[in-house]
Amino acid sequence: MDHEANAFRELPVLEQLARLGRIGLGILEQMGRGHLLLWQILAGISELFTRPRLLLNQLFSVGVLSILIVAISGTFVGMVLGLQGFYILSQFGAEQTLGVMVAASLVRELGPVVTALLFAGRAGSALTAEIGLMKATEQLSGLEMMAVNPIKRILTPRFFAGFMAMPLLAAMFSALGVLGGYFVGVGLLGVDDGAFWSQMQTKIDLNEDVLNGVIKSLVFGFVCSWIALFQGYGAVPTSEGVSRATTRTVVHSSFAVLGLDFILTALMFGE
Amino acid sequence: MTQNRTTEILVGAFMAVGFLALFFLSMQVSNLSSSSGGDGYQVEARFDNIGSLKVRSPVTMAGVRVGRVSAIDFDRKTFEAVVTLRIDSNYEKSIPDDTFAKIFTAGLLGEQYVGLDAGGSATFLAEGGQITLTQSALVLEEIIGQFLFSKAEEGAKIE
Repeated sequence: MDHEANAFRELPVLEQLARLGRIGLGILEQMGRGHLLLWQILAGISELFTRPRLLLNQLFSVGVLSILIVAISGTFVGMVLGLQGFYILSQFGAEQTLGVMVAASLVRELGPVVTALLFAGRAGSALTAEIGLMKATEQLSGLEMMAVNPIKRILTPRFFAGFMAMPLLAAMFSALGVLGGYFVGVGLLGVDDGAFWSQMQTKIDLNEDVLNGVIKSLVFGFVCSWIALFQGYGAVPTSEGVSRATTRTVVHSSFAVLGLDFILTALMFGE
Repeated sequence: MTQNRTTEILVGAFMAVGFLALFFLSMQVSNLSSSSGGDGYQVEARFDNIGSLKVRSPVTMAGVRVGRVSAIDFDRKTFEAVVTLRIDSNYEKSIPDDTFAKIFTAGLLGEQYVGLDAGGSATFLAEGGQITLTQSALVLEEIIGQFLFSKAEEGAKIE
């Protein structure tokens, strides 16, 4: 009887099923750990008020150092939108609406999303590598030995720096993109200056478009920083583990941003 | 210490630029900004129907842009649209006061603009002047409606 049950358990089909179950449980476990870490990070918010310099330094490395890539990408994305939009709109004789097209696609979608993707690649991977390396060189354990909570001291400032920097970076991206589109559309292709701005101003709504874009980028900042910190903090403390964690940060952040973007868009703009 | 100071300054600049960008998006890109100021003078024209004319639409004369629409209001007594045109200052004393204002459409789907046809008067429009001769925008539905109506009448006559 016992022998029979063992044979039944080792059926190849069941082996596959068990593997699937292990994967599912593993994902759930990861999510649970991630949430626990998030609560610990959020609980350390008092640290920011007692030591604002920690947040300042992180804002520098997460925000200021990302300006250049965000500014350059924003300008070029706007310029490409101007070119392509002009090409299509001029076939309908509607190139006056170029401003609307450029501004709407930047403020609603491309600004928050592309900034979040760049942020994950530029700042998120750096955060993961930094924290993973701190773990590998036992700096985090060192802090704990000195009775300093590493989550409060290391993770919380980085998390809030990412959360605060993202909407500002996305706003810069969109603004420079609009100016890039203006430069190409009005400066090079000869769309009317006033029509470009006036159509934009009548069609783009402050609450409907600009504010929703800001909300999107806040959500993306939250998620990207969270993923980066979780991967860094949970990294296997070897050089290979850190490199894997860095890769996972970029991949998971990009998936999360693109998936969430669809959900947020459906909630905000879908009727 | 100098290191800290540099960080502080750069973070401050970062936040300032970020908020500036947000300000730009809300003022210039969306519809919060107030009516355009600038130099030039304003004249008023009354239309029965302005179609889809917008604030900041161009005002042209012989195809050359001479100003912009600065405000659109509705007169509750006469049920007319009151369009305020801001003419650039270098066209001062060059638009006769019997000028004819029409609303045109740029292309089939393009936006609408105000076209001015100069009159023969020797006195010129100045700040606060009125353009009395106007022609409304062509509303496509009305034209189609009239066309169908006349066709139907023709059909009735033949019978």
